[in-house]
Amino acid sequence: MTLFDVPLMVIVSQAVIGIALGMIYVLLALGLSLVFGLLGVVNFAHGSFYMLGACMAFSLVTVTNSFWLCLLFAPLLIGVLGFGAERTLLRPLYARGGDDPMLLTFGLSLVFIEAARLIWGNAALPFETPTLLSGSVKMGMTYLPTYRIFVIVITAVIVGVLWVVLRGTNFGLIVRAGTNDPLMVRALGVDLGNVWSWVFASGCVLAALAGVLAAPMRRVFAEMGLTIIIESFVVVVVGGMGSLSGALVAGLLIGEVASLTALFAPKMADIVIFIVMAVVLMLRPRGLLGEPGLME
Amino acid sequence: MTVVRALAAWLEHHPLTGLLVFFAVFPFIMPYHALSTQILTYGLFAMGFNLLYGYTGLLSFGHAAYFGLGAYGTGLALARLGLGSPLVALGLGIVTAAAGAAIIGFLCMRRRGVYFGLLTLAFAQLLYFIVYHMGDITGGEDGLRGFPSLVVRLPGGSIPLDSPLSFYYFVLVVVALALIGLKRVLDSPFGSVLQAIRENGDRCLACGYDVKNVKILAFVFSGVLAGLAGGLNAMHLRIVPVDTLYWTTSGTVLLMTLVGGGSTFFGPFVGASVYLALESLLALVTESWQLIMGGIFVGCVVFLPRGILGWLSDRLVARSPGA
Amino acid sequence: MKTLGRRKFLKWLGAAGAGVVMSRSRYGHVAAQTRDTIKIGFVASLTGGFSVFASDAARSAVLAVEQVNAKGGLLGKKVELLVRDDQLNPRVGAQKARELIENDRVQFMGGGLAAHVQMAMNEQTKKANMLFISCSMSDEITAKPDGSRLTFHEGLNPTIVARSIAGWVAQNLGKRWWVLYADYAWGKQLLAGFSRVAEQKGAAVIGSTPYPLGSSDFSGYLPRIQGAKPEVLLVASPGVDTENSLKAITSFGLKKEMKVVHPVLLLSSTKAGGAEAFAGVYAGAGFYWGLKDKIPSAKHYVETYWAKYGQPPDIYGGYGYGSVLEIMRGIELAKSLDSEAVANALRANPTYDHYKGKQWWRTCDNKSFQDQLIVKPRDPGKNEGEWGLFEIISTIKADEAVERTCAEKGWA
Repeated sequence: MTLFDVPLMVIVSQAVIGIALGMIYVLLALGLSLVFGLLGVVNFAHGSFYMLGACMAFSLVTVTNSFWLCLLFAPLLIGVLGFGAERTLLRPLYARGGDDPMLLTFGLSLVFIEAARLIWGNAALPFETPTLLSGSVKMGMTYLPTYRIFVIVITAVIVGVLWVVLRGTNFGLIVRAGTNDPLMVRALGVDLGNVWSWVFASGCVLAALAGVLAAPMRRVFAEMGLTIIIESFVVVVVGGMGSLSGALVAGLLIGEVASLTALFAPKMADIVIFIVMAVVLMLRPRGLLGEPGLME
Repeated sequence: MTVVRALAAWLEHHPLTGLLVFFAVFPFIMPYHALSTQILTYGLFAMGFNLLYGYTGLLSFGHAAYFGLGAYGTGLALARLGLGSPLVALGLGIVTAAAGAAIIGFLCMRRRGVYFGLLTLAFAQLLYFIVYHMGDITGGEDGLRGFPSLVVRLPGGSIPLDSPLSFYYFVLVVVALALIGLKRVLDSPFGSVLQAIRENGDRCLACGYDVKNVKILAFVFSGVLAGLAGGLNAMHLRIVPVDTLYWTTSGTVLLMTLVGGGSTFFGPFVGASVYLALESLLALVTESWQLIMGGIFVGCVVFLPRGILGWLSDRLVARSPGA
Repeated sequence: MKTLGRRKFLKWLGAAGAGVVMSRSRYGHVAAQTRDTIKIGFVASLTGGFSVFASDAARSAVLAVEQVNAKGGLLGKKVELLVRDDQLNPRVGAQKARELIENDRVQFMGGGLAAHVQMAMNEQTKKANMLFISCSMSDEITAKPDGSRLTFHEGLNPTIVARSIAGWVAQNLGKRWWVLYADYAWGKQLLAGFSRVAEQKGAAVIGSTPYPLGSSDFSGYLPRIQGAKPEVLLVASPGVDTENSLKAITSFGLKKEMKVVHPVLLLSSTKAGGAEAFAGVYAGAGFYWGLKDKIPSAKHYVETYWAKYGQPPDIYGGYGYGSVLEIMRGIELAKSLDSEAVANALRANPTYDHYKGKQWWRTCDNKSFQDQLIVKPRDPGKNEGEWGLFEIISTIKADEAVERTCAEKGWA
């Protein structure tokens, strides 16, 4: 059975790959949306935290020889970096308003990329799939790598944990309230100061985690965050800036769109996400699940 | 120090004369003529970008589109259509850029803030993709090649633009005229409305101004200047690389504007000079010049929000209270 | 709110800047305006995605100049190589070329590894009537309208690579091919080359997948290929895409079902990608340091490069070395620093052998003809030392028949 000359089994495999691809987008979009929702900052350095996660994982693996350890620690280390950057550089700029915080993140991304080049060199860093997860599972005519199934599973777990934290803890309550109405939360006496740093750091942890997970699948090098940041923005716009469920839905959606485009119209694989972004921005800028805002 | 203050004060009142004098001798200060010429073209690009950003308060992430349209328009005129006159070719470049700015500006103006920015980015990338794939006309990923030797034909005679210095002065004349035009626009009532929109667009609307159309007009003016810069740059490089339309070009002009200072007239020009000088001269010494550039940018955002020129002018020019 | 004081920040920035500047010194020769030297410009993509290949080329060029200077220079003068970084950006490439020509007063130009940057440089050297020997992998540089009597091309181009390899593949690996290729000139030219030879040798390209250059995730393109069940998968993924594509191909198990062939495999990509991704792949390569055991000039090049830089040279290193040595050989032959005279001298004495065996210039289009290797990365754990990553399977002798004819290129 075929559709447009392509066997149905192939389309199904393609769709499963789209989920795996989408999961990386989900992690990145969650981080971006979290930061935008609470801090109101469009974090242009998000892609470089993704890259730093991957590079740090490379260094940790070289030292510890364990993928699992670096999956845990690399994002945490990058989270610390993010925490520090927010407290020292970003925080003073909120008071100024306007675009300054966003522009700072833009500058930070340049600095991080060049710093990564200095530290890890110009050549790409080799990163092998962990032996436990290499190999593939037969799916009809095609094989799906075990590692990609792992990515789907682990991302689902992380999203679950995030959901529990946001719904079930005090911290999560503050974050959700703060996203909704930061002024009111302050008026109620809650000190949002450190919460912002924790949220920013969490965004960085998510980005770095996405980087570590992506490392065995893609080339690890200083500029690896540049294309992914644009794709992440598209996901966040489509899902709704500031909406976490939007990030989840849109991540998977964009992953599928990218995957199916690669199958049916591979030349367009690059541009299709910009077309999606333009369409969404023109017709429904709040995205699928976002709140209508002042920006419309 | 008083001499410097006096000089700064004079410059504040005669900015364009000062610019002309400085740039007339500029090529003899700089080690490379090509660098001087590129400072002029990118300076103009940044000034055009700042009309929209610093004066109207609209942050566009896709300004590469108009710079690129101007470059391709001029390039096609010279390389494919065989129009010999550089001035006519620049004119065609400007028209192409203006058309692009009008269409994209109209489509994007329905949104505000970061959504506006992202929409301009999406359109610019779309344009890049289209131009990249129209290889037969545009040269595709190898760029538009085939620029002839340039000669300016005037009623009195003709001026060949072959030597680097003659081309530099040609560019200087065109850029100076463009900047005079820009200054007129910014000093006019229209310019005041732009700044009013930047301060509080809703209030402007309440006062009865047609904010949306004014913004679109500003967008087009900005695109025209960017397109002119693109055309001049194309003639300078003798090629229009397709990366001209890529979002990294948009990022570069934003960087230049912010480093120089978006709140002063010449700030963006200064920013372009700093960036290009670092790219050319510092790169001879170290591969990590971009780290230094990034550091300067971060420093400017944090400590010098009015940019380098803004900071200098604050320090050197006495201001009356409340200014 | 505690912030970093402005003074402290400026101090840190200054110190960091100074530290960075001191630690990363360049190749070096910022133009010394001595009158008594012969100046050759070399513009390569020392930062950005090509940096590893470009530094290979630049270092080889520096080595070549040093070797010539050690023997007394040329025409009684020392040769100076001015290396510049084009940052993988055609605008910067054109700028640097102009700066070298106008102010640094170089007399000849080399470099230009990235095809789109080389085009920008070429426009400048053509205007200045300066000899330019390009190290890129591009078909267009030797054809109308881009080529010229002063534009030479040292590197292999996609047409030659595709047609040479395709012949070998049809004979040795299988007859049903699928081509996965980067959607731009280089990839399309490789596809055209493969398709043409397939017809001639009784093989068939049963399908092809163009992908946008720079794609980071290749998984999307693979199920379709698996469904079609070709015998051979030809993967034309250049530079940075090589590792991504082969990693995905490996993890999806395609190697179990078909032979995988890559037209241009570089040592650094193989090292970075890891043995698993590259194992079992058949590849084309312009050069591999293992040639030192068979060819005397290769032995000389590899040993002197290794001694100076601590690692072996690779394909682009060879192009850098060969191209600059050719500029210098031309100067020696012509006994002149005039580009036209040098170009004519090279065409009049077209045969040379600097590092990989016999090479020669074709008169009509200044194209260098040279051998092409078929290599195979060794299996994980079987490398000979840190750099012994390849096994040379076959050498395809240089042959003008695999390239487009002069007429096809516009030179009647």
